Amino acid sequence: MIADLVGAVVQLALVSLGSPLLIGVVRTLKARLVGRRGPSPWQPYADLRKLLGKERVVSTTTSWIFAVTPTILAATMLVSALIVPLVISRPALGFAGNVIVLMYLFLIGTFFLALAGLDAGSAFGGMGGSREVAVAALAEPTIVLAVFALAMRAGTINLGGVVERVSTDPWVALAPGHLLAFAAFFIVMLAETGRLPVDNPATHLELTMIHEAMVLEYSGPDLALIEWAAAMKLFLFMSLLANLFFPWGVPTHASVTTLAVGAIVLAAKLAVLAGLLAVMETGVAKLRLFRVPELLAGSFALALLSVTSMFLLR
Amino acid sequence: MTALVYVLAVIVGLAAGAVGVGGMLGIGMTWRLPALLPLGGVSLVLDPLAGVFLALVGFAAVPASLYALGDTRRTPRGRVAYLLFVGAMAVVPLAANALTFLLAWELMSLASYVLVMHDRESREAIRAGWVYAVMTHAGVVCLVVGMLLLGTWTGSFEVGAWRAAALAPGARNLVWTLLALGFAVKAGVIPLHVWLPLAHPAAPSHVSALMSGVMIKLGVYGLIRISLDWLGDGPAWWGTAILLAGAVSAVVGVLSAIVDRDLKRVLAFSSIENMGIILIGLGAGVLYHAAGLPALAVLGLTAALYHAVNHAAFKTLLFLGAGAVVHATGTRDMDALGGLIKRMPWTTACFLTGAVAIAALPPLNGFVSEWLTFQALLQNLLIERPGVNLVFALGIAALALTGGLAVACFVRVFGISFLAVPRSDASARAHETEVPPRLAMTMLAVACLALGLGATAVAPALARVGSELIGVVGSLALGDALTLDVSGNFASLSVPVVAVALTLAGLGIVGGLAITGRGRVRRYETWSCGRMLQTPRMEYTATAFANPFKRVFHFFYRPVEQIDIAAHPASRLFVQRIEYANPTRSLFDDWLYRPLLDSVHRSVRVVRVLQSGSANLYLAYILLALLVMLVFA
Repeated sequence: MIADLVGAVVQLALVSLGSPLLIGVVRTLKARLVGRRGPSPWQPYADLRKLLGKERVVSTTTSWIFAVTPTILAATMLVSALIVPLVISRPALGFAGNVIVLMYLFLIGTFFLALAGLDAGSAFGGMGGSREVAVAALAEPTIVLAVFALAMRAGTINLGGVVERVSTDPWVALAPGHLLAFAAFFIVMLAETGRLPVDNPATHLELTMIHEAMVLEYSGPDLALIEWAAAMKLFLFMSLLANLFFPWGVPTHASVTTLAVGAIVLAAKLAVLAGLLAVMETGVAKLRLFRVPELLAGSFALALLSVTSMFLLR
Repeated sequence: MTALVYVLAVIVGLAAGAVGVGGMLGIGMTWRLPALLPLGGVSLVLDPLAGVFLALVGFAAVPASLYALGDTRRTPRGRVAYLLFVGAMAVVPLAANALTFLLAWELMSLASYVLVMHDRESREAIRAGWVYAVMTHAGVVCLVVGMLLLGTWTGSFEVGAWRAAALAPGARNLVWTLLALGFAVKAGVIPLHVWLPLAHPAAPSHVSALMSGVMIKLGVYGLIRISLDWLGDGPAWWGTAILLAGAVSAVVGVLSAIVDRDLKRVLAFSSIENMGIILIGLGAGVLYHAAGLPALAVLGLTAALYHAVNHAAFKTLLFLGAGAVVHATGTRDMDALGGLIKRMPWTTACFLTGAVAIAALPPLNGFVSEWLTFQALLQNLLIERPGVNLVFALGIAALALTGGLAVACFVRVFGISFLAVPRSDASARAHETEVPPRLAMTMLAVACLALGLGATAVAPALARVGSELIGVVGSLALGDALTLDVSGNFASLSVPVVAVALTLAGLGIVGGLAITGRGRVRRYETWSCGRMLQTPRMEYTATAFANPFKRVFHFFYRPVEQIDIAAHPASRLFVQRIEYANPTRSLFDDWLYRPLLDSVHRSVRVVRVLQSGSANLYLAYILLALLVMLVFA
């Protein structure tokens, strides 16, 4: 019981405190890859601190929806942090929800962010919101099918069960269906967290942006919450990718040593994925907005292939 | 007088709801009046499944009638029809022989037809009523023929005898197909849905609420009865057909909803989508049943029933909310709305609850039933037939896509209609609605919350209904008071825990910000690229919001660009007016109904030769017919 509680605290702390570092690491790596020195990996913390100290400028046209959205968004990420297996296969709230719950928790954030974008009454917010929900909607089928492919192997769709089942048979992770599902999920992660080639997290050019257009009206602590939530979403998605598809070294019971081991293993996996993401983002250009559906359709095809291979090779 | 009618409807609704809940919990009842009508008379039986749908009718009629009470001037006509409508809907699930069923069914259809046509001045209502009448009667023909065949082949018009009879497979498939077509029309299954987006918006809002919330559910009721009860154990293709029809309806329904500008028509299309979700669950249940997996069959059926109940709650709520908006602003065009959150705060809060619920976001009720549907679908590996598995995989993908698109759809509906600044004077002058409608909407919003948080009470109760129907011995374990557990260890969900965790996390963030943040707020106008003037014309519109979807799914929408530029007579360089429209075209009208109607017209033209209008000629026909009969007799 105490150990579970400690596990929950560790997971919360990892996600809430570690996520800005992940963003920072990716940024530094990307800068190095193009030959710049780039900012320190700790820069996002300084950014968040600066934003927290500023005043809010709130549009007169907005309503309470605009005011509560950052809190709702960050809250959904914190709850997700207790559901995703990070340093332990069955986290504190693992029983309360599976991957479908996770998917819809992320959708709560998307729902309210898009509403808040419309709430300010400028065209940018609406444009960003409409694009964001379109991308999110097209990504859903891939997520569910990819996870279904994993669940078929594990006989359960509870995340903890998937992690444990696959870790008892380590070479399953390299089965063809598994790798196809991984590829599909990776593309979806890029889309859901607003990375290249779907959305450019570094741009502020109004006509091409998605996420940034939607949150254009936010400032001060509200913006800090939104950026923090975006960082947590990336952290959670990458951890899901790491631990669902390569569940090696995820402890199944909580104690001080296993949690420490779990945290180190997770950090190593995330470092690898961050490197992969940085290389990818350096190598590809942003897709035109209306080419994005083709990319997502491709990821859906991969997921469907993965499921079919599982039917045929069972 | 008018008020009295609606008070009576509230009382009838409460009574029906109470009886229904009793039936659900296992209180069986039978009423027979054999002398009243020929062919077996009136026969009513209350069993658990009938109880669920009776409760649905009752508990949805209460807020709808309360809403109508709010402003009786709004509903000058159609009082008697309304009472008949509610009464007939309450009788349909109870009917236990063919004649009672068909009479109640037809009364329900006719009463709702009258209600759709309440505004006899409006061309839209007349067209809607006409299409509704034709489609619904095409459905009734299928039902009548199916039931007569069934009655002839089993030798009885009593439901009990149908269950006992063992029909030949061919006969059973024919009857199932006919009855399923009849029920599918009522359920708004694609492509038999054409009446629904016309009729639901045309009716007064409290009637739209009941039509979308309850009446179309009775189509599902019929499908459940024929697939799992009346006709005995069916072949697997029944389930496949239902599942695929559901998947198509869900995706096409939500795609149609996402581009429409008419507030009530969006809700009507979204009803088609939700019927699709219900049918996906039901189809899965029927497939599992055919494969000899009763526990999973009950799970699929439970998901379908749960979603039917949930949809009744939030769609009734949304239609009443839309009714309040239409009443306050006089328009259903979302591009003329906006800014209502400051003018109608109560309605807005209730509508938002409904929107969150229908977008299937936790912890509200829509999420629970979609989650259950997913769990029912995800276990299809137990059926070891790759073809069937592929059908399930398509169902899973369709359900996921529908879920995502529904979120987009209701962001659009709520965001454009209620947020930001008004796009028209009518919207700027809007005012909050009266107390009874607000009470009705609040009741339904609370129901959405309760059906979500109380999932561990509702799901097992519905699962018992399902077990009873399918004949599973013993009850299905669905976890404890806090957690829903599906199929042992397959998946678990605890809505209250998620809700509490979300609340605590939100409070924690607010508290944390209160400590660290400075809390200074400056109110300023929205940033507009440095322009001096920010007008409502610069807001994003419903049309613009839908554009990415139009582009992505252009093969479905087939949008037409119409640009009309009017220039000054002196020179075409002086543009005076630009009109732009980007309407979509209906696949079903173009490729199914237009060719069908054309061929009907052509054949009618051939037959018309006989109908010259001359009475002498008609007399000659009669004589001729008489002679022919005498010769062959």
